[in-house]
Parts: sequence; C-alpha cells; structure tokens
Amino acid sequence: MVIFDIKNLNIWFDSTQALKNVTMQVLPHEILSIIGPSNSGKTTFLRILNRLNDLNARFKMNGDVWFNGQDIKKVDVELLRRKVGMVFALPLPLPLSIFDNVAYGMKMAGVNSRKRLAQVVENALKQAYLWEEVKDRLGESAFKLSGGQQQRLCIARTLAVEPDVILFDEPCSGLDPISTAKVEDAMVKLKEKYTIVLVTNNVKQAARVGDRTAFFLSGELIELDKTEKIFTVPQDKRTDGYIRGKFG
Amino acid sequence: MKRNSHRAQNIAFFFLLMATLLIVVPVGLIVVIIIQKGLPAINWQFLSDVPRQGMRAGGIFPAIIGTIYLVTGAIVFALPIGLLAAIYLSEYSKDNPLNRIIKLAIINLAGVPSVVYGLFGLALFVIFFKFGASILSGSLTLGIMILPIVITTSREALESVPQSFREVSLSLGASKWQTIRNIVLPNAIPGILTGTILGLGRAAGETAPILFTVAAFYLPQLPKSIFDQAMALPYHLYVISTQVPNVDEKIRYGTAFVLLALVLFMNLVAIIIRTKFRKKKKW
Repeated sequence: MVIFDIKNLNIWFDSTQALKNVTMQVLPHEILSIIGPSNSGKTTFLRILNRLNDLNARFKMNGDVWFNGQDIKKVDVELLRRKVGMVFALPLPLPLSIFDNVAYGMKMAGVNSRKRLAQVVENALKQAYLWEEVKDRLGESAFKLSGGQQQRLCIARTLAVEPDVILFDEPCSGLDPISTAKVEDAMVKLKEKYTIVLVTNNVKQAARVGDRTAFFLSGELIELDKTEKIFTVPQDKRTDGYIRGKFG
Repeated sequence: MKRNSHRAQNIAFFFLLMATLLIVVPVGLIVVIIIQKGLPAINWQFLSDVPRQGMRAGGIFPAIIGTIYLVTGAIVFALPIGLLAAIYLSEYSKDNPLNRIIKLAIINLAGVPSVVYGLFGLALFVIFFKFGASILSGSLTLGIMILPIVITTSREALESVPQSFREVSLSLGASKWQTIRNIVLPNAIPGILTGTILGLGRAAGETAPILFTVAAFYLPQLPKSIFDQAMALPYHLYVISTQVPNVDEKIRYGTAFVLLALVLFMNLVAIIIRTKFRKKKKW
C-alpha cells in the first residue's frame, strides 16, 4: 500500500520551474524527511500534497499525484486537506482562544456538539503533549503561549481533524533546542498512527527522526533511500557533499 | 563637519515643525472660533424647536433630524454593498488588468466632486426612478458618494489580514467562504468600521449632493416618510449664511457648531470602537 504516489511531477511558477520530473512514493506510517538547500523545491513539494499551491495564481503543474489511489486533482480539496494536515514553519495560531484553535477544523467540518468538541480538543492536546500545560486556561488567547507551546498547539490543531498524513514544513526552525526535542519526540510517537512527511533544513534532525530521507537539489530529487543509507553510504556525491556541510 | 551636520539637522527640524504648525493652527482656529461664537447659541430650544421668523429665530431641530435620517439611509445602503464589493475585490477577483483598472477607478471615484454626485442623483433617482426630491433620493445619492470610501478602506482592511491565517484555515479543511467569514472578516472589522465612519462624516457634511435631491429650503415640520423632503444641517447653514438676510451671527455659528459636533462625535465613536477591537487583536 502506498499513501502518495507521485509520477513525473513538474511544477512551474510562471516560467520558473520549481520541481523537475519528480517520481517518488510516500509509504504508510513512515517519517519521510526531505532535505536540501533553500530553493531546492522542498516546500513546494510539500504543498503539492495538500494542494496549498493552488492559492498561488502563478502555479502550474503536470504529472500525476495519487493519494490513496485517487488523483488529487479530482478529489474534493477540503476533504483532501482534512486527510492531509499541515504544520507550518512558524507557529501560526489563529487569533482565537486555545480551545477554538484546536476545535477550528472540526467546527468547519460541521461538528457542533460542545461535548464532542471538548473531547476532540482534549485528545488532540494530549497527543501533542500540551494538555497538562494548558488544561486550566483553554479560554485564553493562543498568543499568550510561548513559541514552543504555540507550535505544539498547531500540531494539536492538525491532529484534531483526524488526518491520515501530517506534513511538517520546517516545524522547528523558530524553536530552541528543548522545544525542538519535544516536537521531535511528538513526531516519533505520531508515526504509529499517522504518516509523516517532514521538510527540514536541519540535516541532523532528518538523521534523528527520519525512516527514509529524500535529498532535493534545484528542483530535482537526487536521492531517496533509508535514512541510515543516505547518511552512511550515499549513492550520489552531491548528497554526500550536502550532508557533510560542503554546500547549502 | 560635525557642527555643519548639526546645523542642517536644526534647519530641517525647523521647517518640519513649521509645516506641521501650518496645518494644525488653522484647524485649531476653526474649531476655537466656531466653539467660541457658536456655543452661546446652544440651548434646549435651539436644539429642539423648529426654525421661526424666516429662520431668524427658533431652532434647527428639523435640520438635525434630516441629517441623521440622510446619514442613516446612506449607510444602510452603502455598507452592505460596499462590504460585499470589497470582499469580492480582495478575496475572489483575479489579479488581471481589468480588475486592476476597476480598483483604480474606485479609488479615483472618491475624488469626484460632490456636485457631480448631486447631478447624478438628480438624473437617476429624482427624475428617472421618479423618487422625487426625497429622503430616499438624497440617501441613495450620499450612499453612492461614500461607496468608494467604504470599498477602498474595507478592501485595505481585508488585505491587511495576514495571508498565513488564510493558509492555516484552508489547510485545516475550511472552505474559502468559511475562511473569509471566520478568520478574515472578524479581523478586518476595525478597519471596515473606520472607513464606514469616515464615509459617514463626509455624508453628514456635504451640501452639493443633497441640494438637488432632498434638501428643503424651509420646512418647519418633520418628514413623515422616506418620500418626503427634509431639511439638513449643511444646506441649512448655507441658506442662513447666504440666502436669508439679517440672520443673527449666533444662529449661524450655532448651526455650524452642531454640525461640527455631530461629525466629531461620529469620529469619536469610530475611534472608541476601533480601540476596543484593537485590544482584542492578538497578533
């Protein structure tokens, strides 16, 4: 079984090609890390999977992306985004209370029962290891939380929608090492229930949490293999150069 | 060298200060003179009585009421249409030359002289739709006049809501309309209100658009329906200042004072509402 099946994917923004002929798969219950220097197409690739690139008027694509055996261009986009959640690079709470942030996705999906929402919010916050810290102040503004707490809130918010896949877009780029460790712990636990695609600028993070690692360079997929192979015996010397910090 | 740059700085500072005073002093003088000359005219009779003795005595109650009706009518018409247009322009319209021309045209419409709106209202509402000179015609004309202000400020308010909030909302499976209603609109309300009240202030103060469409020279009773003519403060001020001889200066300045107070009061309300919403704003 394959979660995402990507074949000959090409992406342009106006006339600039962002991804070149990418073919790869995302497998169930893995953490797939995507590494590469900036402007290599990592985030663009991630935003294909929940069709967030559609918001950009200059975006064009060809090639096939299949999600659970369905063409993502043909599925209902709101349903797709409920199944494929996303955690952004910076902690981006909505200007709502802690509770309403986590309940937002479910409310938009039409769940109105206060009891059911309370249950969903509690479960999601527990899974993101935030419940103990916020359970007494769910009505407070989410902006009162610290950066690390905000990012775990964003994870909880994504989990609350009960997705199959979670896309992490450099989720620790604004966090200190302790908060980073907490988010990484959360990710490793989450892969039991979810499939995770992690874009990261931090090569060591990919080595720590990734089951498989993909290396992107200038819009091309250079290499994709088991993480320990990428980091010990990379097949391509550009991969080797990047993970040793020779460029990027 | 050091001394030179200091002197240049002092000279620049002096000119900046002068330019600011040049703006502040006349505005301050207008307010002071109108308060000084107008305040003694203000009493309960002046505010609640109809004009008497050919507008040389009595009060200005019908004009106050007329202006309140007109402003309310203008906003009832302009706010919903303006807001919907602003949502369309900022959230739905594609960025192409046609839409850019439309946006530019709307901004420029705000600069069209108000007498042109008056003539337009006369032709369309008074004559073509046969509403006659009435509160309805006047309100619609004022509404059209303030539409560009409402649309432009609302659009700016909507566009100032960070794009990242929209992306987060959509990424959680919300539809575009749900995102607009739950995330974008609530955070744009302070800006929308500011624009609306700016429009209100303009509608309350203009004479030309109501000249042909609603304003009565002298009508010592209150309008009974929206198809009646009405007196209005700016036009009444114009009449007693230039058309009727021997009106006591006190009455003229009293009328100006009431008009000024009404506009300032609306601005004050806008500032209070905006501050309240700003405090709730959390990013």
